[in-house]
Amino acid sequence: MISFGMVGARRAAAAVAAFALFASGTVMAGPQPWQLNMPTGVTSISQRIHGVHMLAFWICVAIGVIVYGAMVYAMFKFRKSRGAVAAKWSHNTMLEAVWTTIPILILIAMAWPATKLLIDMAHVENSEMTIKVTGYQWKWRYEYVDYFGKATPVNFISTLDAESNRVRQTGSGLDPHSVKEGDENVYLLNVDKPLVLPVGVKVRFVITADDVIHSWWVPDLGWKQDAIPGIINDNWTRIDVAGTYRGQCAELCGRDHGFMPIVVKAVPKAEFEQWLATQQAAASASKTAQAAPAAALPATQG
Amino acid sequence: MAAVNPAIHDTHHDGHAGHDDKPHGFLHRWLFTTNHKDIGTLYLVFSLTMFFIGGSFAMLIRAELFQPGLQLLQPETFNELTTMHALIMIFGAIMPAFVGLGNWMIPLQIGAPDMALPRMNNWSFWILPFAFLLLIGEIFMPGGGPQGGWTMYPPLSLEGGFNVAFMIFAIHLMGISSIMGAINIIATILNMRAPGMDLLKMPVFVWSWLITAFLLIAVMPVLAGAVTMLLTDKYFGTSFFHAAGGGDPVMYQHIFWFFGHPEVYIMILPAFGIVSEIIPTFSRKPIFGYQAMVYAIASIAFLSFIVWAHHMFTVGMPLGGELFFMYATMLIAIPTGVKVFNWLSTMWQGSLTFETPMLFAIAFVILFTIGGFSGVMCAIVPADFQYQDTYFVVAHFHYVLVSGAAFGIMAAAYYWLPKWSGNMYSEKWGKIHFWSSAIAVNVLFFPQHFVGLAGMPRRIPDYNVAFADFNMISSIGGFWFGASQLIFVGVIIHCVYFSRQRATAQVWEGARGLEWTVPSPAPFHTFSTPPVITNDMLAHGDVSH
Amino acid sequence: MAQTQGAYYVPHGSHWPIVGSFGLLGAVGGAGLWLNEVMVGKPIMAVGIGLLVVMLFGWFGSVIRESLAGYYNKQVDVSFRMGMIWFIFSEVMFFAAFFGALFYARTFSVPWLGGEGDGALTNFYLWPQYAAAWPTNGPADIGGGFSTMSPWGIPLLNTLLLLSSGVTITIAHHALRTGHRARLLVFLALTVILGAIFLGFQVHEYAEAYEHFNLTLGSGIYGSTFFMLTGFHGLHVTLGAIMLAVMWARCAKGHFTRDNHFAFEAVAWYWHFVDVVWLGLFLFVYVL
Ligand code: HEA
Ligand code: HEA
Ligand code: CUA
Ligand SMILES: [Cu+2]
Repeated sequence: MISFGMVGARRAAAAVAAFALFASGTVMAGPQPWQLNMPTGVTSISQRIHGVHMLAFWICVAIGVIVYGAMVYAMFKFRKSRGAVAAKWSHNTMLEAVWTTIPILILIAMAWPATKLLIDMAHVENSEMTIKVTGYQWKWRYEYVDYFGKATPVNFISTLDAESNRVRQTGSGLDPHSVKEGDENVYLLNVDKPLVLPVGVKVRFVITADDVIHSWWVPDLGWKQDAIPGIINDNWTRIDVAGTYRGQCAELCGRDHGFMPIVVKAVPKAEFEQWLATQQAAASASKTAQAAPAAALPATQG
Repeated sequence: MAAVNPAIHDTHHDGHAGHDDKPHGFLHRWLFTTNHKDIGTLYLVFSLTMFFIGGSFAMLIRAELFQPGLQLLQPETFNELTTMHALIMIFGAIMPAFVGLGNWMIPLQIGAPDMALPRMNNWSFWILPFAFLLLIGEIFMPGGGPQGGWTMYPPLSLEGGFNVAFMIFAIHLMGISSIMGAINIIATILNMRAPGMDLLKMPVFVWSWLITAFLLIAVMPVLAGAVTMLLTDKYFGTSFFHAAGGGDPVMYQHIFWFFGHPEVYIMILPAFGIVSEIIPTFSRKPIFGYQAMVYAIASIAFLSFIVWAHHMFTVGMPLGGELFFMYATMLIAIPTGVKVFNWLSTMWQGSLTFETPMLFAIAFVILFTIGGFSGVMCAIVPADFQYQDTYFVVAHFHYVLVSGAAFGIMAAAYYWLPKWSGNMYSEKWGKIHFWSSAIAVNVLFFPQHFVGLAGMPRRIPDYNVAFADFNMISSIGGFWFGASQLIFVGVIIHCVYFSRQRATAQVWEGARGLEWTVPSPAPFHTFSTPPVITNDMLAHGDVSH
Repeated sequence: MAQTQGAYYVPHGSHWPIVGSFGLLGAVGGAGLWLNEVMVGKPIMAVGIGLLVVMLFGWFGSVIRESLAGYYNKQVDVSFRMGMIWFIFSEVMFFAAFFGALFYARTFSVPWLGGEGDGALTNFYLWPQYAAAWPTNGPADIGGGFSTMSPWGIPLLNTLLLLSSGVTITIAHHALRTGHRARLLVFLALTVILGAIFLGFQVHEYAEAYEHFNLTLGSGIYGSTFFMLTGFHGLHVTLGAIMLAVMWARCAKGHFTRDNHFAFEAVAWYWHFVDVVWLGLFLFVYVL
């Protein structure tokens, strides 16, 4: 058993080292070079998702250590070249019962927190504002349907930023490393107009698409939700930390599927209300300017 | 029927060239053949060809993903390559390889003179090249090949031009081929066993194919139905998948995955069977828990029908649906675990040697299990909200498909090649192929877990620079893995045409089972008279009692 | 039993499968071109189908010759039976896909579009004017208003026709087994005729639907499922009737014996299968 223990320990040490790397990668907003793990994110839900993920991961590591350890041990111990003589047995009912039962218990241990979390995620009610998201080939429309019960006319299209768009053309010869916002490389992860959201407010998303299926995904919020033409899906979030969170369309939607990013800019509530007010003013200004088309807008689906 | 009719093949397994009555002439031999061994060879050669075509598409994918920025391809070409890569690998490489192995080995393993329906067997094969002619031919048609992913989700998949109809018809043909192949295998196993080859004495490989064939007949028609509805939606104005007409795009996904999930087990169960043959041979010890192995395969097959929506956790299913499909999916870990533990116990206190088939089989167990672990992680719905449609999933399924299914096929090829060709392959080059592949496949697919978790979606031709390092490693691993497969082809060609080392009938010291009682190479006709089976000839079964 | 040892008949090479493969290639390749408005598509498709027919005659011809020559033993017979059973099972699953679409639409997608259960938001935001009810052509009124066929007219008649054809084929089978040739031919012919009348009625029904009821393939999900299910079934009736007719011709030529007539039985199984599917259709497509 000595060599088994050694192998196990070495694996465990390697795994711990890997975990240390995981943990350090999680506080940033966008993906980081050499990032190994899922971000913990900035909502209580995303953190719990990270929790069930890590639980499942460690369980798999543990089972792996046992199974692979035993396997490696067998490969060294029972080699013919070391004079091993094959035993004849081929049954052991007791053992078989054990390794059917234990996995059941392990699975329950994983399913239990996942079930609780899923039930909590299903509670979209009591949201304080509603955003309608519509996917198009290859851009997103955001409509601020209501904010604390008050309807708003704010709505806009969000597309890949011009800089990324220039660089990403096939054979452009431009360097993706040059596309930056501050220190952060935002190549293919930046948009012309981000979705601005208040911190600490429960936001309900109603998500649909206009042409083909897309999927709205910001890893730091913990979930993705498919945007399906003719159907509304809903989900919710409450962002705890102000910041800029980046994601991408996550369902193949044609040629430029890789080029319809999502940027959520979470700002303090007061700042958000100020922003919304200016947007509203701008929206109603343009509404009086061109009344007809704007009036048709809320019913986006024709 | 008083006497044996002269038209009935009446050769004995003496391997005497003169008695072999192989048809003369290339066309007669290969085009018109009704011989299970020749048809098996055709399937295997076809599958290897498709593996290289599908693989070269993967090489282009990996080349484009080598670094950020689009250097080589237009985005639509990239999508075309992804779609074709998957369709070719699944329907052209993996499935036909298993059918080829089944054709070759099932009659040999159960003591049958041939497949139950030999003429239909020929047809099952010869539909395939035509199906792939249509599928691959699309690349050269106006509008190019399909670009909507192998899952063909509408409405996107209907946006194509010519390719929509041709892709659908190609899939119909593949379906016809698979169904006929599966019917043949079931009829062979149920009807053609030699006296004494009871069901619970059959080799596990035969069992795995029996159950796989059942899965095929149950789900290939469902796929055919799904794509037929795509066809009518595109060309005949129906509204199956349009919400405006009362249909639902998500309905397609349900129907597709009702096929799709059993399909992934169609691509792994025969590999389970193969590994269950190889590990006992090189452990010189009977397989542990034979009956449990059989029941485990059956349970996996049963469960595979009630887990399909785990591919659709993000489409907005009701909570009850999400929970049901999560629990059902997780349950599959149990019978699969039984298999893994039983393989391990078979090795325990054995007398192990590590020839190439054994190396591939052991790598299969280890690497498939890694893929299984990430599969169970995907089954956890809240976590899958993050994994879905990322490279984490790509890593998952390549672990089970490449280091699972494909490694299983390679293990089988090395294991039975001496039986087929009569020559030993080069053990040295086999081992080089193994180590090169086994290391490269991890360099190729392990980093994909990381980029997936970090947020890289799948099916994108270009990505943020944060994903660059691991993608470059993955691409290097990809080229390395691809190049390693050239060794494989080299070993096969050398073994078949140039090897001087003759194989014995037994080939492997620890091998048991009927296939090892006939000479190597297996004569053109075997078991024209059913063999008399004694317990010590059986590969497995409850012989130790 | 000893004499059957080693007598499993393994045919020599045959060129029919490859002919069949070319036939399939022509049929679907031609159809693909045709759908994409390439005019050579149609003739290519016709040639392909022609090849398939030739193949069927040639292939079954060989089988019949071999059977008559007595090459087949009991075991070969069992293989054929298994082949047919599993083929029918695959057809059951093919129909299952379309029935699945019908059930899914009726129990999930249509109510959701109408705002029931999880569909509240879908209805509220996208289709506020839509009230779900079956039959429907969807919230966008695809294809315009239509009415449905009453189950108690032609469909009921067709049900009775198919049910009686199930009886007549059983009588024919019984006659074959007891050696009553004349009765066999009469009742087999009756079966074919009943099948043909069924098809005639169905063609009439389709014409009615298109001309007077505005019920078309394009009538939203109702039209889609209605025509897909009944059409696919009609195709099977057609095939079944053709096969029955072939069986009639073979019986007339004196092909089968009392206990060796598997081809007949296979077609009878197929016919019963088509019959049962129709009952499902009648219930779920017309009545409910
Ligand atoms: C050969 C093919 C194959 C196999 C065998 C599997 C096996 C499994 N797969 Fe995988 N899967 C695919 C091929 C395959 N898959 C493909 C191709 C896709 C993507 C399709 C696409 O979108 O294009 C996919 C996607 C996929 C998803 C959807 C991911 C997503 O898109 O979000 C999920 C989710 O549940 C999943 C789960 C599983 C599970 C639970 C298993 C299980 O069967 C695994 C069971 C095995 C083990 C668990 C290991 C051994 C067990 C033990 C050692 C016992 C103890 C273990 C525990 C208690 C955990 N798979
Ligand atoms: C049956 C299964 C199968 C197999 C065997 C493989 C094998 C491989 N796959 Fe694939 N793959 C799928 C099934 C499979 N795949 C599926 C179902 C998808 C999803 C598609 C979708 O999203 O719709 C997918 C998608 C997929 C992607 C994601 C694409 C995307 O999301 O955009 C990638 C990317 O790396 C990839 C890579 C590879 C590689 C490198 C191999 C390698 O293992 C291939 C190795 C083989 C060769 C390379 C061929 C042999 C060698 C030569 C031709 C010699 C010349 C080469 C050199 C000298 C380098 N595959
Ligand atoms: Cu939108 Cu992908
Ligand atoms: Cu699955």
